[in-house]
Amino acid sequence: MRHLLLRVIDAVLLIWIVTTLTFLLIHLAPGDPASLLASPSATASEIARLKADFGLDASLPVQYARWMTGALSGDLGSSLAQSRSVVAVIIEALPVSLFLGGISLLGSFLIGTLVGGVQALRSGRRADTAITVVSITLYAAPSFWLALAAVALATTGASALNAPAWARLPAFGMHEPAALATGFDAWRDLARHSVLPLLVLTIPGAAGVARYARASLIESAQHPYVQAAHARGLSESRVSLRYVLRNALTPLVVLLGLTLPGLIAGSVFIEQIFAWPGLGRLMLSSIASRDYPVVLGLTLVYASAVIVANLLADIAVAKLDPRRGG
Amino acid sequence: MAGDQVKRDRLSFESDRALMLSLLVLIVLVAGAVAIPLTAADSSRSIGDILATRLVAPGGYDQLGAWHPLGTDAFGRDIMVRVWSAARISLGVGVAGSILAGVLGIALGAIGGWTGGLLDRSITALGDALLAVPRLVLLLVISALWGPGLGVVITVLGLTGWMSVMRLVRADVQGVRILPYVECAHALGVSDARVVWRHVLPNALGSAIVAITLGVGNAILLESGLSFLGLGVQPPTASWGNMIAAGREWLLVAPWIALVPGVLLIITVVASTVLGDGISRRLARYEGSTARMGER
Repeated sequence: MRHLLLRVIDAVLLIWIVTTLTFLLIHLAPGDPASLLASPSATASEIARLKADFGLDASLPVQYARWMTGALSGDLGSSLAQSRSVVAVIIEALPVSLFLGGISLLGSFLIGTLVGGVQALRSGRRADTAITVVSITLYAAPSFWLALAAVALATTGASALNAPAWARLPAFGMHEPAALATGFDAWRDLARHSVLPLLVLTIPGAAGVARYARASLIESAQHPYVQAAHARGLSESRVSLRYVLRNALTPLVVLLGLTLPGLIAGSVFIEQIFAWPGLGRLMLSSIASRDYPVVLGLTLVYASAVIVANLLADIAVAKLDPRRGG
Repeated sequence: MAGDQVKRDRLSFESDRALMLSLLVLIVLVAGAVAIPLTAADSSRSIGDILATRLVAPGGYDQLGAWHPLGTDAFGRDIMVRVWSAARISLGVGVAGSILAGVLGIALGAIGGWTGGLLDRSITALGDALLAVPRLVLLLVISALWGPGLGVVITVLGLTGWMSVMRLVRADVQGVRILPYVECAHALGVSDARVVWRHVLPNALGSAIVAITLGVGNAILLESGLSFLGLGVQPPTASWGNMIAAGREWLLVAPWIALVPGVLLIITVVASTVLGDGISRRLARYEGSTARMGER
């Protein structure tokens, strides 16, 4: 319990360090958002008023103190580009990213563990080597390139192959432009639009998980207690599930916290290429328009997600592995 | 047991084969990046008669009669030449960024691991904080705010990539610090800095080199991502990332413009990953054998 409390305090401190660093990074950068937002013909006094409106005229420590007191009460300031609160802007984009990220995280782990398991059973044989080559290649492929390749396949490729209409997947947006469909049709439309982005986001993740799962399963199968279980005459499947898999899962849980940054980075490209209005796309547009408060808010959300995932993974490991104290 | 030995030998032979193959691929890539842009008649940036030369499919001839093994882009520039001059940029940025990250990581890890205390805790906390933000997001924010460009990309790759090397070196230094020969050197009156430089760091270098090698692929991927988004290497200078971005709008008409640089990028990243894995396995075996010698 004491250990857990210390880890939580660590996590909170870490989030504070990240936000402070990002704040400094953004505010010490050259360039001035007010002159970028003002119309080209704006006079110096108009720009000065704009600056005062956004609170950009105050000294750095004052701005920092203002931002921190706001953040502690759940107020991340207001967006410079859209005259709304940062929290509202982020909450609007959040479901899209949670949908993409959640399904692909789940998919990565399911597919990855399965593939890694098949490889571990066939370790050292030709099938294992072939899968390793494929998964290293997919893991190395940049997600934006995979996305473009998928778009090329779904459009030019599908028409070249004379694919049936149901197999021609939409490569752009979340739903049909004139989406008036309701109920089942709306869900079907969303599902069809999700196939390509989800595939491109999931495949590299699954490849990464498979590599870890394979190593972890092979290592786990070499433990003396597995031999002991065999010696006691337990069935093959019982040994695999109860002893090998159970103990190989622990390192995979740690992977949860490690996969998240890659997933976030991937979603930036995927949302941009497939035009899904999620957090990644918001990040890019906010950076382009120098919308400091939104960039800062998004960094806070991303960092918190990664830190909390690591914290949860730590707790799960302690629960799964009695040797590390529960 | 004998079977185990045979299996292990076969595995190590295979991993060595992969190591040699990846090394060969990387040598070919570097040689190509150096040589091919030199031999080309037209530069990778200059634009000639656009209408006569644009969008030639791979293996085709343009209207002026020149052969283009990988086709041409929307401005009639030969993709073969561009993709290899982009290799110079991408390989250079990846290696430079990764080495910068490695040097930073070794320095901070050695300082932290050796001194301990508040300095060590600050370095570790900074590293943990940087690890919590996806590296791409950091890169995006910094290069957007400080202006895109080669120097900024390399610097930022270095500043955001030192954490894994730092952790490895720090752990190694902490382990070596308490060994008898370090105490011995101290007793002989050797200064701290000299002990770290001569006796502690060489022992920690192996794992750092592996991490740096593995970092090259990652750095190349990040550079290409930044350039794809328009925040890295700026056109007309070719980089794999901005070539893919330029091919995006021609995806339906001329898919090779975006696909070719991606293939080269993947080959590079796979080769450097396999090389890093191979070196690390070799190192583990070497350290294993010296440990066994120690037991005897």
